[in-house]
Amino acid sequence: MRRHRAAYCAPHFLEFFEAQVHRAITTQRMFRPGERILVAVSGGKDSLALWEILLRRGDDATGLHVDLGIDDYSQESRERTEEFARARGARLIVVELRAEYGMDIGTLAEGSGRAPCSACGLSKRYLFNKLARDGDFTAVATGHNLDDEAAVLLGNLLHWNMDQLARQAPVLEQTHPHLVRRVKPLYRTSERESAAYALLRGIDYVIEECPHSRGARSLLHKDVLNRLEAASAGTKQAFYWGFLDRLAPVLRAGGPPPVLRPCGQCDQPTTEEVCAFCRMTARAAARQSARASSLP
Amino acid sequence: MGRRARPAEGSCGVKIRLHHPRRDLEISGRRRVSGILTELGLDHEAFLVIRGDALLTSDSEVGDLDEIEIRPVISGGTTDEAPCAA
Repeated sequence: MRRHRAAYCAPHFLEFFEAQVHRAITTQRMFRPGERILVAVSGGKDSLALWEILLRRGDDATGLHVDLGIDDYSQESRERTEEFARARGARLIVVELRAEYGMDIGTLAEGSGRAPCSACGLSKRYLFNKLARDGDFTAVATGHNLDDEAAVLLGNLLHWNMDQLARQAPVLEQTHPHLVRRVKPLYRTSERESAAYALLRGIDYVIEECPHSRGARSLLHKDVLNRLEAASAGTKQAFYWGFLDRLAPVLRAGGPPPVLRPCGQCDQPTTEEVCAFCRMTARAAARQSARASSLP
Repeated sequence: MGRRARPAEGSCGVKIRLHHPRRDLEISGRRRVSGILTELGLDHEAFLVIRGDALLTSDSEVGDLDEIEIRPVISGGTTDEAPCAA
């Protein structure tokens, strides 16, 4: 582990990784013992590693898996997640996009004119909050790691997305009664460390990548950051943690968070009259029915 | 160039499993993990090298008859920076 100038044996690496997550939770005041946490679980290394640690800590952590309907990839992701939950006796909620909204993520993206990763991100955010509210959870925990956050930061800086920069944080606080707090307990640890943790804990996670992520901009940003990291260990950490320490407080002080109100159709918090998820599903459904009616 | 990786065909070099797409290679001769990654043009930060259930460090050595997996660790990942649920 070059960025820490340290080399650990397996037991000490596991201890180190879990301590980093524990430190993230406590120093950022993500949640307190006894709170009901909904863990967003894709079946990949990060989310399963996170769920494993929360369960080991004794947190009240229920998994939420969204079946996106991406053929073999979604089937394998769901199987790994269900097997993980079964083996540990953990509670798991599974939501099928196709069953709930009549469309898989590919159809939803195509029908709404969004890129698949954009439609996926929007759907997940919406469902995480909705299910957390419905189930009286106080926080949604996601497996975003240091690499994810550094790549998002790079993308936001390259395009000067000031609103998004002001909101990028390990804890997205509840700024509306219908908005559940979102937390990222892996923000201190790298993607490589998550994979090593999952491997050493014997977690059987999905290795294959989502077929829609090929060519995604986030992968390019990660590649650039990894090259910098190879040349100078600790670059990603200095980049993201430095942002959190120095720039994020300045940006947050620049103005209040956006005013949220309930969506006119689904009651979820939004900045618009109708939320982006309702608009996306309506547009995709309209296109689907127009196609069906044009068939001979 | 005798050490160049080639598709596995049942001889006795180091067998390597790669992903994205899944494929198998074989290389001959004893060498360090870091050297294999460099030879294959792979970013050291972006992969784990695994033998059996063991995670190999960059200075570990592998040789003939070893079977290793070079597993990518990079995920595409959607972002989570929106201010509201949707």
